[in-house]
Amino acid sequence: MSAGEGRNGAVIEGTTGPWEIVIGIEVHAQVSSRAKLFSGAATAFGAEPNSQVSLVDAAMPGMLPVINEYCVEQAVRTGLGLKAQINRVSVFDRKNYFYPDLPAGYQISQYKSPIVGEGEILIDMPGGETIRVGIERLHLEQDAGKSLHDQHPSLSYVDLNRAGVALMEIVSRPDMRSAEEAAAYVRKLRAILRYLGTCDGNMEQGSMRADVNVSVRRPGAPYGTRCEIKNVNSLRFIQQAVEYEARRQVDVIEAGGTIRQETRLFDSRKGETRSMRSKEEAHDYRYFPDPDLLPLELDLAFIETIRASLPELPDAKRARFMRDFGLSAYDAGVMVSEKETADYFEAVSKGRDAKAAANWIMGDLFAHLNKAGLEISASPVSADNLGRMLDLIADGTISGRIAKDVFVIMVETGGDPARIVDERGLRQVTDSSAIEAAVDAVIAENAAKVEELKTKPTMLGWFVGQVMKKTGGKANPQAVNEVLKAKLAHVLGG
Amino acid sequence: MSVDKDTVMRVARLARIAIPEDRVLPMAEELNRILAWVEQLNSVDTSGVEPLTSVVKMDLKRRADKVTDGGYAGDLMANAPLSEDNFFAVPKVVE
Amino acid sequence: MTDLTSLSLAEARDGIRARAFSAVELTQAHLRSMEAARALNAFITETPQHALAMAREADGRVAEGNLGALEGLPLGIKDLFCTRGVLTTAASHILHGFKPPYESTVTANLWRAGAVMLGKLNLDEFAMGSSNETSYYGPVLSPWRRRGSNVDLVPGGSSGGSAAAVAAELCLGATGTDTGGSIRQPAAVAGICGIKPTYGRVSRWGIVAFASSLDQAGPMARTVKDCAILLKAMAGHDPKDSTCANIGVPDYEKALTRDVRGLRVGIPREYRIDGTPVEIDALWARGAQWLRDAGAEIIEVSLPHTQYALAAYYIVAPAEASSNLARYDGVRFGLREAGSDITDMYEKTRAAGFGREVQRRILIGTYVLSAGYYDAYYLKAQRVRSLIKRDFEQAFEKVDVLLTPTAPGPAFGIGEKSDDPISMYLNDVFTVTVNLAGLPGMSVPAGLSAEGLPLGLQVIGRPFDEETVLRTCSFLEEAAAFKAKPEAWWRAVA
Ligand SMILES: [Mg+2]
Ligand SMILES: [Zn+2]
Repeated sequence: MSAGEGRNGAVIEGTTGPWEIVIGIEVHAQVSSRAKLFSGAATAFGAEPNSQVSLVDAAMPGMLPVINEYCVEQAVRTGLGLKAQINRVSVFDRKNYFYPDLPAGYQISQYKSPIVGEGEILIDMPGGETIRVGIERLHLEQDAGKSLHDQHPSLSYVDLNRAGVALMEIVSRPDMRSAEEAAAYVRKLRAILRYLGTCDGNMEQGSMRADVNVSVRRPGAPYGTRCEIKNVNSLRFIQQAVEYEARRQVDVIEAGGTIRQETRLFDSRKGETRSMRSKEEAHDYRYFPDPDLLPLELDLAFIETIRASLPELPDAKRARFMRDFGLSAYDAGVMVSEKETADYFEAVSKGRDAKAAANWIMGDLFAHLNKAGLEISASPVSADNLGRMLDLIADGTISGRIAKDVFVIMVETGGDPARIVDERGLRQVTDSSAIEAAVDAVIAENAAKVEELKTKPTMLGWFVGQVMKKTGGKANPQAVNEVLKAKLAHVLGG
Repeated sequence: MSVDKDTVMRVARLARIAIPEDRVLPMAEELNRILAWVEQLNSVDTSGVEPLTSVVKMDLKRRADKVTDGGYAGDLMANAPLSEDNFFAVPKVVE
Repeated sequence: MTDLTSLSLAEARDGIRARAFSAVELTQAHLRSMEAARALNAFITETPQHALAMAREADGRVAEGNLGALEGLPLGIKDLFCTRGVLTTAASHILHGFKPPYESTVTANLWRAGAVMLGKLNLDEFAMGSSNETSYYGPVLSPWRRRGSNVDLVPGGSSGGSAAAVAAELCLGATGTDTGGSIRQPAAVAGICGIKPTYGRVSRWGIVAFASSLDQAGPMARTVKDCAILLKAMAGHDPKDSTCANIGVPDYEKALTRDVRGLRVGIPREYRIDGTPVEIDALWARGAQWLRDAGAEIIEVSLPHTQYALAAYYIVAPAEASSNLARYDGVRFGLREAGSDITDMYEKTRAAGFGREVQRRILIGTYVLSAGYYDAYYLKAQRVRSLIKRDFEQAFEKVDVLLTPTAPGPAFGIGEKSDDPISMYLNDVFTVTVNLAGLPGMSVPAGLSAEGLPLGLQVIGRPFDEETVLRTCSFLEEAAAFKAKPEAWWRAVA
């Protein structure tokens, strides 16, 4: 395992030598609460404009915030899931700035005393390396509303439905060194949040957004000046944005320029980042403790109750899958990458060959789901049915080869594998006379190949294939093998 | 710490209050008088004194996660200087 | 029948209960005196239709024998309290035309008790002032005049409309708010009673915020008993205000025993301030003597940080105000001035909407919170505030209440101090410490100045011990036997 310092990440080869990319990420994760952080208005996605707005959210005169206890609980839960320090006392501050989608003229956030302090996330890279990314803090804050700029030639429209929705801002250390690591970090964080149930991780709907801080430096040199790419909303875009931005910075520096610290946005259509002119004005947020709220104090019992209710998280689950099921590190990592996948795997593998289960899931099932663009939760093949199919293979009812066909039918029909096998007559042939007949026929038809077999015993596999073909794949390959060996013993010199 | 014209302009900009040119200097003078007056606090020894966070000693009130509010966009628009289709409307913001 | 407007609130209550007169008669009498007193400019909005409708409903309940604690009693409401469907201005142009779709908790409590709203009372703009001269709707004139003079005097502030209306018998009682003395100081100069309860005793929900950590609403009326009755109705836990205490509200009327035997009364040494008129000191000494004569123990105490209170206040209050007033941006309610872009719209709206004193305080507040100055000003002031609070805690180990003058002098002439902010700020020198420490404080009229103007004494109590404050004030009220009333000169000009 390695932390950010002194590790070799991806290197950009510039015209003047190699450059190292340094990445830190702030993720805004929407707490999956029914009501907002400081008001009783709903948080559901896609409602009519300003229909989920309370007087508090609209910052009407005299309105006051009262905190949603569930959001506090979820922040603590997330902190514990990130193996982080939970701060027994935290403070809500006002971050003051004017913007039409910020009705009060300030955002309630946590500045000096966040609810959660330092923690960490481990990410497993495909190469087998495990990287530790430090978590600097997690704090609770309000989301802003939404301004629509394209509805009218001279007006912007303001919808406050999102205003006041609870966000957890999770700030990493600058411990990532490549675009892949950045995407892997967000993927892992999202998995942890989903395991915990504290955020649905839905990036398309904006429940999770990443602000990506990118800088470049000579390997081992002090940090360079960073640029912050705001609100990147997919894993692929994070990767593209980092790649583009790092390259841009190297080009600027190598052309004799300097990097200016600024906020940039990622244009996903063009695949590039560009400066946000309106944000260039120097900010002075005038943070101070919100006098409408008291410090948030957590008692130990509250924290311990939450700790006791934590589910098994990806890292622990992965270790267990390796230990109990003998999965490889890579396979186990894939199986735990999403809670739904892990649950599916556990359902399929229960009392069965876990490796076979993992192979079917990672192979045929994922191939199908990817092609169809489906989440595993929407898989047409239920864990139950896939498990029963494995049983049919194990008890010799079907061969592995036939199972592939059965699986395709299961994908199409969602049907029960035993029924599919019965209805379509796919039951494996174990009757030795039928196999013997097929073997005899193949030997008779391929005298030349039989000759070859004398000098090349590995040719036997070819004969097995031919027999299988002749039986429509239904013969038991084990039995075919045995019969072939017996009938060809004279050639094989056994 | 003396407030000059530029500082008045910067602070007024932060506070989003237009100050007419001829009011900037007088405002700087007013602010300077008040700030000079409050500077008497520097003579108080506050070493080791925590800043006050709240005058009442009580636990922060918490609310259950229930939807109890909202659903009155019309009421919210009733006082708006300009609104369209239940959106608040403002001069176009260029990003 | 006696003039119904000269009854105390308690007398009027008893009259309604005894069916000596109806709520409609009582209300009509007050509406007539309001009409005749427009020269005082005490009301921003009169709501006679509203008042009569409420009075008729009250009479209905009286007929059913189903009386609330304030059944049928006409009150004036400081125009800082949001009232559903009724223009609410905070005496600022920026709230032009604002009719809240909601009712403040305090006023809702009053209406639930059966009270009748006569209208919305004038005040200093956003309660920022000590003379009611900063109102967009023009200054309020004190009903009082110096003996043999027709110079217009200020009614004190910021609850100047409330003080004038109560003193001139336009209403039986009024709501006020007190951030640095805005109930007690105008009560003192108008010869009436007013109590600022402990911070957290009364809900702030629905009251236009000035400085959230200091603001507290309370009653103003002509007798201590009237204040006790009103406070009981206004106070109480409100789940919508995070800073409102969840503790029971005693029956304050029962606390008015006037018995001060054995009461330990502190005289804070530091309240003897150079330049205070002799008659103020004399009044203070007289108050102490009355108490001593009645069996109270007079103890000199020290509140060593008193001299820094005003400076701390004029950092903390503007800082909070600068943030609280950011919501007045022309987007969702109130005034909007056209602008070439959003920032221009904000700047023009706020320049046109806020008066000079409010702008000055917003700028001071913005400055002291801005980067580089926060520690030197805001944090420093909050540290001093801790010391001030500690001073009181130490004093209250030795005494039960503190006795001080309320204001450093009687009412002054309109325009006399308005071009010198600091000399204006000094009016709050005896009251502001109480807000900084969150304590209850009450002013009771105790005598007249050489020129025949009212002077008040202030009693300060322990947190949530309004009962002892009221008891002490009821004693002082009786001892002082203050019976003076202003000549009704305003009727002549009406
Ligand atoms: Mg951030
Ligand atoms: Zn944030």
